Formats: sequence, C-alpha cells, structure tokens
Amino acid sequence: MPRRDDLKSILILGSGPIVIGQACEFDYSGVQACKALRQEGYRVILANSNPATIMTDPEMADRTYIEPLVPEVLERIIAAERPDALLPTVGGQTALNLAVKLAQDGILERYGVELIGAKLRSMQVCEERHLFKEAMERIGLSVPHSAAVHSLQEAEEFAATCPFPLILRPSYTLGGAGGGIAYNIEEFREIVQQGLNLSISGEVLVEESLIGWKEFELEVMRDQADNVVIICSIENLDPMGIHTGDSITVAPAQTLTDREYQRLRDASLRIMREVGVETGGSNIQFAVNPDDGQVMIIEMNPRVSRSSALASKATGFPIAKIAAKLAVGYTLDEIPNDITRETPASFEPTIDYCVVKIPRFDFEKFPKTDRRLGTQMRSVGEAMAIGRTFKEALQKGLRSMEIGRAGLGADGGDNLTPAEVKEALAGGLPNRIFAIRQAMVAGMTVDALAEVTHYDRWFLANIEELVHLEGNLRAFALAEVPDDLLRRAKRWGFSDKQLAFLLNSREDAVRSERQKRGITPVYLRVDTCGAEFEAHTPYLYSSYEEEDECSPTQERKIMILGGGPNRIGQGIEFDYCCCQAAYALSERGFETIMVNCNPETVSTDYDTSDRLYFEPLTMEDVLNIVEREKPEGVIVQYGGQTPLKLAMGLHQAGVPILGTSPEMIDLAEDRQRFEKLLEDLDIPKPESGTARSYDEARVVAERIGYPVLVRPSYVLGGRAMAIVYDPETLEKYILIAAKAAADHPILIDRFLEDAFEVDVDAICDGSEILIAGIMQHIEEAGIHSGDSACVLPPYLIAEEHLQTIRDHTRRLALALEVKGLLNIQYAIKDDVVYVLEVNPRASRTVPFVSKATGLQVARLAARVMVGESLADLGVKATVLNGYFVKEAVFPFTRFSGDDPVLGPEMKSTGEVMGISDSFGGAFAKAQMSAGSPLPTEGNVFLSVNDNDKDSVVPIARGLLERGFRLVATGGTGEHLRRAGLDVEKVFKVNEGRPNIVDRIKNGEIAMMINTPLGRESYLDEQTLRQSAYTYGVPVITTLSGAAASVAGIKALQGEELVVRALQDCHKQKW
Amino acid sequence: MEATLALEDGRIFRGRSFGAPGRRTGEVVFNTSMTGYQEILTDPSYCGQIVVMTYPLIGNCGVNDQDAESAAPRVEGLCVRESSQLHSNWRSRKDLPQYLRENRIPGVTEIDTRALTRHIRSQGAMRGALVSGTGTAEEAVRLARSAPLLGDLDLVGRVTCAAPYAWREGRDPAWLLGSGTAATLEKRRVVAYDFGIKQNILRHLVDLGCDVTVVPASWPAEDTLAMNPDGVFLSNGPGDPEAAGAAVDVVRSLMGKIPLFGICLGHQILGLALGGATFKLKFGHRGGNHPVRDQRSGKIAITAQNHGYAVDARSLPAAVEVTHVNLNDGTCEGFRHRDLPLFAVQYHPEAAPGPHDAGGLFRDFRDLMAEGEPSRDGEPERLPADDLGRLISDSKGRRREGGK
Repeated sequence: MPRRDDLKSILILGSGPIVIGQACEFDYSGVQACKALRQEGYRVILANSNPATIMTDPEMADRTYIEPLVPEVLERIIAAERPDALLPTVGGQTALNLAVKLAQDGILERYGVELIGAKLRSMQVCEERHLFKEAMERIGLSVPHSAAVHSLQEAEEFAATCPFPLILRPSYTLGGAGGGIAYNIEEFREIVQQGLNLSISGEVLVEESLIGWKEFELEVMRDQADNVVIICSIENLDPMGIHTGDSITVAPAQTLTDREYQRLRDASLRIMREVGVETGGSNIQFAVNPDDGQVMIIEMNPRVSRSSALASKATGFPIAKIAAKLAVGYTLDEIPNDITRETPASFEPTIDYCVVKIPRFDFEKFPKTDRRLGTQMRSVGEAMAIGRTFKEALQKGLRSMEIGRAGLGADGGDNLTPAEVKEALAGGLPNRIFAIRQAMVAGMTVDALAEVTHYDRWFLANIEELVHLEGNLRAFALAEVPDDLLRRAKRWGFSDKQLAFLLNSREDAVRSERQKRGITPVYLRVDTCGAEFEAHTPYLYSSYEEEDECSPTQERKIMILGGGPNRIGQGIEFDYCCCQAAYALSERGFETIMVNCNPETVSTDYDTSDRLYFEPLTMEDVLNIVEREKPEGVIVQYGGQTPLKLAMGLHQAGVPILGTSPEMIDLAEDRQRFEKLLEDLDIPKPESGTARSYDEARVVAERIGYPVLVRPSYVLGGRAMAIVYDPETLEKYILIAAKAAADHPILIDRFLEDAFEVDVDAICDGSEILIAGIMQHIEEAGIHSGDSACVLPPYLIAEEHLQTIRDHTRRLALALEVKGLLNIQYAIKDDVVYVLEVNPRASRTVPFVSKATGLQVARLAARVMVGESLADLGVKATVLNGYFVKEAVFPFTRFSGDDPVLGPEMKSTGEVMGISDSFGGAFAKAQMSAGSPLPTEGNVFLSVNDNDKDSVVPIARGLLERGFRLVATGGTGEHLRRAGLDVEKVFKVNEGRPNIVDRIKNGEIAMMINTPLGRESYLDEQTLRQSAYTYGVPVITTLSGAAASVAGIKALQGEELVVRALQDCHKQKW
Repeated sequence: MEATLALEDGRIFRGRSFGAPGRRTGEVVFNTSMTGYQEILTDPSYCGQIVVMTYPLIGNCGVNDQDAESAAPRVEGLCVRESSQLHSNWRSRKDLPQYLRENRIPGVTEIDTRALTRHIRSQGAMRGALVSGTGTAEEAVRLARSAPLLGDLDLVGRVTCAAPYAWREGRDPAWLLGSGTAATLEKRRVVAYDFGIKQNILRHLVDLGCDVTVVPASWPAEDTLAMNPDGVFLSNGPGDPEAAGAAVDVVRSLMGKIPLFGICLGHQILGLALGGATFKLKFGHRGGNHPVRDQRSGKIAITAQNHGYAVDARSLPAAVEVTHVNLNDGTCEGFRHRDLPLFAVQYHPEAAPGPHDAGGLFRDFRDLMAEGEPSRDGEPERLPADDLGRLISDSKGRRREGGK
C-alpha cells in the first residue's frame, strides 16, 4: 500500500533532555523520522524540549517547538498546528507516556489527531505489567511469576509467596528507574515504596528473579500488511539481573542454535500480533535458562529504543526511518534497502561480523554510590565496535571507551588487587570485564568464572584465548615476534599500544614495524547482507583481512572526528556540531568522512556524511584511516575532548588539522603560556598557580588566598574539580586528584565567590570575529558551567561589562589565531571582568546558542575552517527575539547515596531550553521541561548558610507575596522572623518528629531552597536533599537560582502559557 | 596444520585446517545464515559442494543430537572465518571439529570468507579444492579444475535412500512454544520421493496427519500409483535438475493423477515435467533471509533457501501460475497448476535452519489432498507455527530403523 494521502501534517514527539536511559539514540531516531516524513511530503511538526539535538534544528521540521513535554503544553501546540496525526514511537518512553496521557485525557480526540505507529492499546499492554502478562499467557508464552502491586501491603503479600531475591519494576519509568533487586524484606519495602512514588500509574511489578539466566533481545518490525521481520538479535554478556543498558552486548546472538533462535523469532512474531503493534519497530527481551533452554518473556517496547539504534548501526538497517514510513502506510516491500539499492526492506539483515556494545559509566562523579550493577540503568553512554571476530570487536570496543585502556588489559593498566578482582566478579561491578581477564591471568578457569559471573562460557573462552595470546607475545621482542603471531594479535584486536606493552616497545615502533611487514588493516563494508549483494553505502569498519573495500575517491575531502561514547560533560552537543560540519561541508561540495564509535548518535548514521568509519577514536585507528583516505583536512575541534586529545599527535604525524592550530589549542590549555598571553593582552584572570605536589600546592594556595578552585589540567566536565577552603582539604584533594590525572599538574585558581559567570561562543576567521551569544549563568561562579542554568540574552549584566567581554573575546580570538569556534568563560566580580577559561573549539553551548539566535554557528564555523571568511558568509550577530533559558538535568535519583548538590564538577546529563518573552517565563518553562516544575502555591522550605542569610530575605518576601507559606528550621527561620516575615518552624531530622523529611514525605513541601551549610559533612542536609529528589520536590541549592525561581513563579502566576515555534523566533532564514 | 582452498579461476585462500584432513573438490557456494551450521552440513542438497559460511564465528554451539537433517553431513568441505575453540550450549554433545573429523569432512578456518564470498558473488559459483596440509597453490588449483562439473554428477543417486521406508516422527512439541493440543486429523498417505530429503519436511508432514513412505528417487511411477497414496511429495536435493531426467519422467506420469507438492529440487523437477526450463543462478540463493512474496495474498515470507538453479518463469506453460516471487531478484519461487492438483516452492518451508514463516504450505498440501485444490480463500495464514502447534498429533510414530 502506498503512503496515506489522508494525512497532511504529523506531530513527532522527541524524548526531551538526555537522561540515563534516554540519550542520543532518540535524536537519531527523531532525525530519521523527520527526514523520512518530510521526504514523503508531509508537514512535520516537532516538539522536543532539548535544544542540543539535531532534530530541533529548524530545518529538520516545518515547525519546531522547543517546549516542555507536558500535556498542557502539547495541547497548545496541537491547537496551534492542528496536526492530523501523532507519531509517538521515535521519542522513547517519554513520548510514549505523553501520547498515552494525551489519548486518555481526550486531547487527541478533541483535536482529531490520530495516533500512528502505535495504538493506545498496544502501548498500555506493554507498560501495564498485568496486561502484558495476560497477553503473553494468551499466546502460550511464559513470563516470570509476578504480581502488579499498588501498595506496600499488596507487595508484602506477594513476597510471602515467592522466594527472595525479587525483582521490582515500576510501571512507566525510564531505564528501570526506581526498580531494583531486593534480597531481603527490608530492601524490598524500600524499593517498593520508591517505585510506587516514581511510577506514574502508582504500580510496581514484583517478579521472581531470573538472575543468572541469559538475556537476549530481538529487534522486530511489522507493517500494516502483517509482514514481520527481525532486524537483529542481541545477546547480553551480563546475565539477567543487570539492566541491558548496563550490559556488554553482542550482535548477533552467539550462543543459540538455529532451533533456539527460531523459537525466539516465532515468539516475537506472536507477540507483535498479540500486542497489536500494527506498524513500526519493537524490541522484545527474553530470558533463556542456560541449563535447559527454557524461555521467558521479560518485556517489550512497542517503539524504537536504545537497542534499535544499536541494531540499526549494527546491521545498516535504518529502523527509525523505516518505522516512520510504515506508520504512514507503506509496506516493507515497497521501501528499498538504501545500502543494496536493488533489494527491498522486507528482509532480515544478515551480518558477517561481530558487534560489541560496551556501556560507559561515570561513577567517579558519584563516589558515594554503590557501584554494583542491577536492574536500574546507570551507564551514561556507550561505544560500539565492529570486528570480524568477537575478540576483535571486544578489544576495539574497550579501547573506544576512553577510560584509559587500550583494549582488554595488557596495556599497563591492570592494577586491580586480588580482593578487588574478587569483588568485581562477584558484585557485578562496571570493571568486571577487566577483572575477568586478571582472574584468568591468575589462573582462574573458564568454568569457575562462568559460575561466579554467569557469563556464557563461550565468551569467557574467547577472553581466555586473548590471555593465552598475550602470553605468547610476551616471549618476544618487537623485532623478533613472528609475522603470523603479530598478524593474529591484530586480527584479535590488540592495539599497537597493547603490543608495545607486551613486546616492551613503543606504540610508534610497533606501528612502523607492523607497516614494514605489511600488517595493515583493510576496511570492510556494513552491507546488511553478508556480502551477498553489492553495498553502495561506504559504511566501513577496519579488520585485518585480505581484501579492502573502502575505495577512497579523488574528491576534495574533509574528515570529522566525533566525540566517542557519551559521558557526563561530553554528549550530544558535540555530536550536534559534528553533524553540522558534515552538513555544511557537504553543501559546499566536499566529501565528508565521519569517524566515530558511538552507536546512539546521528553522526554514525550512514547518511549524515558521505563516508562513515565506525572506528575507535584512538591515534592508531585514526591514523590508519587518514593514511587510507588522505583527507585535505581533519576537523578536531567539534567532537569535544576526544579528538582534541589527538590533535597534537595527528599534527606531529603530518595530518592536516583544519581551523585553529593544535599549537594554539595547546597554548590555551597550557596554564603558564596562557597566563603570559593574558598578561600581554592585559586581560585579568583570577590569580592562579600550578602545582605538582602538595607542598607546591600549599604555597600557591597561601599566595592567592583561600578559597581556591583546584583541578587537574586537561579534564572534561570539571572532572575532579573542587573548591577548597583550607590546607587540610587541599592535601586530601591532591592525593585523590593526582590519581585522576597522573600526567598532568594540578591547577589552582582563586575562587571568585558570588561572581556572575558568563559564557561566550564566537566564530573567528583569523581576522574577523562574530560573537554568536553571550550567556549569563544563573547560578553563581563555582557551579560548573555545564550544570548551571544560563540565559540569552544576559539579563543582569551592565552594558559596559558586555562591551568589555566583546573586546576581550575579540582580542583573545585574534591572539590565538582562532579559525573556527571559540568559547570563553568569564566571571564578573566587583566590576572586574575576569577570564576563567578559553576553549578554541566547539563548546557545549553551541547548539543552545544556535537555537536561540537562529545563527547556524557550527556550520558557519566549519565553512570558516575550510577557508571562507566571515565577510564571505555575510552573517551578522542577531538580535534575540525573547528570552532563552537553558537548564541542566541531573541523574541524582539513580545515584542514591550521593549528595544531589551542585558544585564545580559537572554532574548533569542533559539540558532543556525554555523560550518566552520574559526571563521569568523562560525560566519557568525550562524548569517544567527539566522535570521539576516550579510550584504556584504551597509551602516553601528554606534552609541557607550564614553567608546567604541576608540575601535570602528578599527571596522569602517575594515568595510570601506570591501566596506561598514559608517553612524553615531554626537558624534560617529565626533570621527571617527578625526580618519581619511569617515563618513556620520545622524540626531538623535529629530534632524531633514530625521533622522536615516527614513533611516532605507527606507531600507538604512544594519547593525547597537549601544552600549547603558546611564544607565537609552535612549528612543531615544530604538526607534532606535526597528525600526531596526521591519525592519529586524541586530543590534549589543556590540563591541566584532561588531568585530566578521567584521570577519564574511570578510568570507562571501572571502570564498565559504561550508556545512558539522556533521558525517564528528567528528573523533569519535557516 | 595448514589448509588451502583453491578456486578453479586460480584464486587461493590459505588458512588452517580443521575437521578431517584430506583433499576434496566441489562447487564452492556461500550461505548467509547466521545460525544453523549443523542443519546446513547435514542438508543432502549440499552434496557435491564446499560451503562457505558468511557468518564468521562458527561452531559456537557445538553439535547436538536433534538438529541433523539427515544421517550424516553431506557437504564436501566447510570454510569458515573462525572455528570456535569452545562449544557452549546445553544440548551440545561434541564440538564441530570433532564432528567433521568423525565424518571425514575437511574444513578450513581463518580465511577471509568475506573476500571469498565477494569473489563468488562477482565471478559466480565455481569449482574449488579444499586441501589440508602443505602443498603448492598450483596443485590445488589443478585439482579444482579437474573436479567434475556439478551438472555432470548424479548427486541425487548418492544421497537418495536405497529402499522405501516409513516415517512416523513429527516435530518435537517442546520447540513449538506450547499449546499443542492433540487434534484428530484424518490420516493421509503420502509418498515422498527422496532426492536428498531433509528430515524436517517429513516431520512437518507427520504433524499434519500424514503416514509417509519415503521412496528412492528412481521409484517407478506405477509403483507409487499402486501404493494408492493421497499425495506425492517431491523433495529437495542436490545438483542440476537437468541431471535428474528420470525423475522428471516419473513426475510427469504422476501429474494430474495424484496431488503433488514439490520443494526445491522437487520444484525444479516439477517445472521441467510441466515443460518448463531451469537455469543456473550465478551464485544461487543460500541463507535464511530471502523475502518471497505470495502473489495472491501479497504477503511476504522470510524464507530459508538453498538452491543454485531456478525455474525460468517465462518457460512455464500458460496453465501454470507463478505464485511466489523472490523480492531480491524477481526469480520464480513457487508455482501451481491452474487445473491440475500440484504446486511447488523453490524455498524451504520446513526451514531447519531458517524462519518458519512459510510452514503453512504443508497445510496447503494437506488441503490439496483433501479437496484437490489448495485452500486459499479467506484470511491468509496468520500463525502457521501456532496453528501447527495445535494440530500436533499425539500419535507420534517411531522412526524406522536404518532408514534412508
């Protein structure tokens, strides 16, 4: 059947900010859906609160709403745009939940909007566990013994019938948030209560444990003619009990016979039909008993998911794009396979390589959290690797992680103690894969490891082969190692770095020896068909095989290095920039070559660039590609720290780096040279110094005066950055941070307390400069810029200071000979504008600035890098039309045990943007989008430190004026009463009952303003903030944030909620 | 030990020997299934061929007692990228190299199977020699060139059974996802011509209430008619259909007299018997992901395939309707006669290995036997596996000793 002509316009819902469990993969799926539907001639309306996405580029849709993803806002968008249909299946669980709500509230019916891609009933069946269980039983499939409970009492009744451990899963939450494994009744009660609070339907599924069973996933597509195909099977290395998002996974499944695989396939087909997924992609998860093959159905997602993004990248089959086309009426046989061109999409991809996905964790940022992996997802990103063998893919994947490892150990980094190995194996810690290797080296057998880890013996045996090969290699020096052994090591994924370690040599020596012997990689194509048909798409991966298929062209080509796995501090913003570079340079007639290893992203879509290399971003792997492709230039300034770290090495290897020179990038990072530059330019910066030991640090700190801001050089997202108030803390810090950055010294700056911070993004062509945006941080200095809310235009900064900022920016850009993007952070204190940091590269705020101003910042800068001047481009800074507030989103609920307080180390995973005519309105919308909407009535709890006691008075007064009641503990309450305000006193946690935590749990607190009281231990407050997070009470930990909130509340109370498409915000044409 | 695969056009792939040592020749073909190497090795249709698995990691699940499609592996040799050092599966009884050794099948591992596949894709299936141990490339190439052409061999004669036997074993309900309630089906007697039959075809027929007698490829038509069956099944098998001339004559004598159902070689033989022609595909269809459209319902089945020859749709008489088409290359994947009770498909509805989408065709055969016409009215089959599950008879028969 051809496309539906009765539909003219379609609303697509995005997934909102990047959070754990919902990341770039939904930008990828959303972009594919937008492109596919527009190609079909539909008018596409997009709603997504996340400005860092590529999908919210105004040219991706006809109408783009960066607005809160809440029913009342969506109703307004629907009323304004009157779409014929709503596609809820490409925006993750967020979009699906919203669609359910819009349907249940009658909004869709009221405006005549049809749900396409998934019907209400299928969404309900998949989410409401009891419905799902009934559906599976109807078609003869088994599900774990379970009960859906709505109260603690019901839960305990079930627990009495089923042995511990028990698995708990709240309905309608993301990535298993609020779920967990309970090994005893105490844990059980705790998790049930948490789950009931988090589930929008107040329902928790209590389930028998299948811990230790093998876990598989199938990615399935169905069209309205009832054709069903399996796109990919995925096997988890980690057994049931560890969230699939936190598991190392492999595609295709490795340890199933055809009979067993076909049984899962048959079950998938039945499930698709029973659940009634009429069109589109779904993900079905199975548990298989390794002892007898018994199969249980765990869950199904009737939408594209993280796994479908992985499956798309793993096979070359674009699931989201096809799902969008199926939703508008096409059948699978009517859609061509882009890669083969000759064959249709109604087939099942077959692959002739092995794909390994490895999750990336950031537990270092949440040091107090229990790291044992469980049913609640906590990884923040992932890398995927393609190899001809599991061994090759695993090693490539591990060196893609950027956790300082060059593969599976054998790189000088194997430093776990026997006790740590034991703990990692038994407890399922994130470093388990390395622990397995070390255990093997120490003589532990495959069988013994299988017993403790529940990894399939097949995977362990492959790891054992790697360990044996290591042993063989160690016997040789580089020059003596036999060819076949060296070749085998490369075929098994050993990096030159690992070989250098094993052969007592250097990486570059290994490289040249290898090249001398003709042991070099070839590039093979991902073709969906196991080479049965010719692949027309240059989607490539390296392997050590005989025949190369990359066939480089003679075009003028530019290579763009991507950002690797997402982590806190480096995420979708950089993927946005890389994609923009590809789009812009493609338009200018260059052939674009993308290199990246993150399967979630738009950049690793085979049609974003002309050629895609799915490869680790290491010196070895990048140089290999450069040697093969010989690009005219390489862009390193768009992918965050990942490519930047390679810049100098590539440059020294003679690779042409585009834009700002690596020397200048290095200068900006080099404290002493940079300070000298600032001195020469007469631009002030906070007093600072560098130290390589505690003694040096103490001297520096005493010279510049406490408090000081300390951090290791070359870090990302404020990793290991701290504000230190005294020598004792400084000493402790040096001990820990020295480990965090062994090769680099510690940087010490004077900390500017209570300063305003400002971020500037600009483009320079070497002679002219375009200031794209000056953003004012809402939180004061000391809060990491990635965690701070910020606003465009600045709302509280004097024009003279803005002028100074522009002037400094221009002079710095010229001094650093910037070609391309430049980001500078300033602080303003006592009427002095200080430079905090200069980054001659794309910053995290580039997409936000672009969305707010309408300037295609990343694209323009890419063109500058290839030689166009700003004058040629003819662009000017824009006048902003309204206020644009960016707010950060935090993963605190998943890291229980850690204090949800902001500081100099970045902890946010994503961001949202609020747009309004007033600052307050934009701030209120941003809070709404961030999932902590400002209240308009109720009790506000205040507890602030002594420094803040005076400044909090006007804020408290403002709240009273807005009709709130104030609640405070002793000190703060006393201070406010003395200022003449009416305040109710409440007990601290240890003062009596009911205390403030009781009040929070009883739902009596609408908002909490709590600035940290002490420097070191504030357990009392931490409990308080954690309770607030758990119970969904907005917590504001800075006074400037509190003041902004009062402005926001004022707007909520006084202004009508207005939605505005991005296309209407910008006068400039995109 | 080293092993070499040499192609007749001179291309050489050097790897390591696994399985049995030896020197074997055959037509080199590739299969794109990611699972099911045990079924593939034991599919008699691969007789005379050296099989290349495009999926690189082979042997992971070992070899078990249930998944063989005939009594012994039939391939001439096996080429893989990496033969697994360890087999891991709860049903596994032995590892693949041991199984190959026991059955004297040579294998080569650690060769660039993708390059080999691309070579065959562009140059076409060709003869090759798999030689273990050290030897010169020239020697191996000479050996490849000296191998007989597939069309010159009586491969069916090698794999067909020596004497008729009865088959009573159905599929194991444990694999059919439950809900198999016993159904009372009227018994049908089926004679199955064994051109190299896969056992899962027989199991499917038993599940539909058929008493199956398997007969040798050369079994005369009059003997079949004398057995007075309700239907005759024409099996899959190896080689060039043109080389199966005698069988074509037999089938021609049965047409119109008894309902006929052919699969794979059976489909080609039926096509030839109807006056059609077959031709050799450049590199064949071998895998488990081929989309086939039923021209009448528009429904697409993902099918298991294993054939190097195809029926030329244009050569078929007007009374024959092409019912199934391969969506990748448009070749004929199935036909039926408008007047006579016969139909056939080129692909493998019995799967093993491969998807079960087309399993409903066995019921069409049963319907054809019941009514003389395949029932195609009303709803297309929605849940073949499910329905079949319900139809499983509890009268699971016993497999004849020493069969084949």
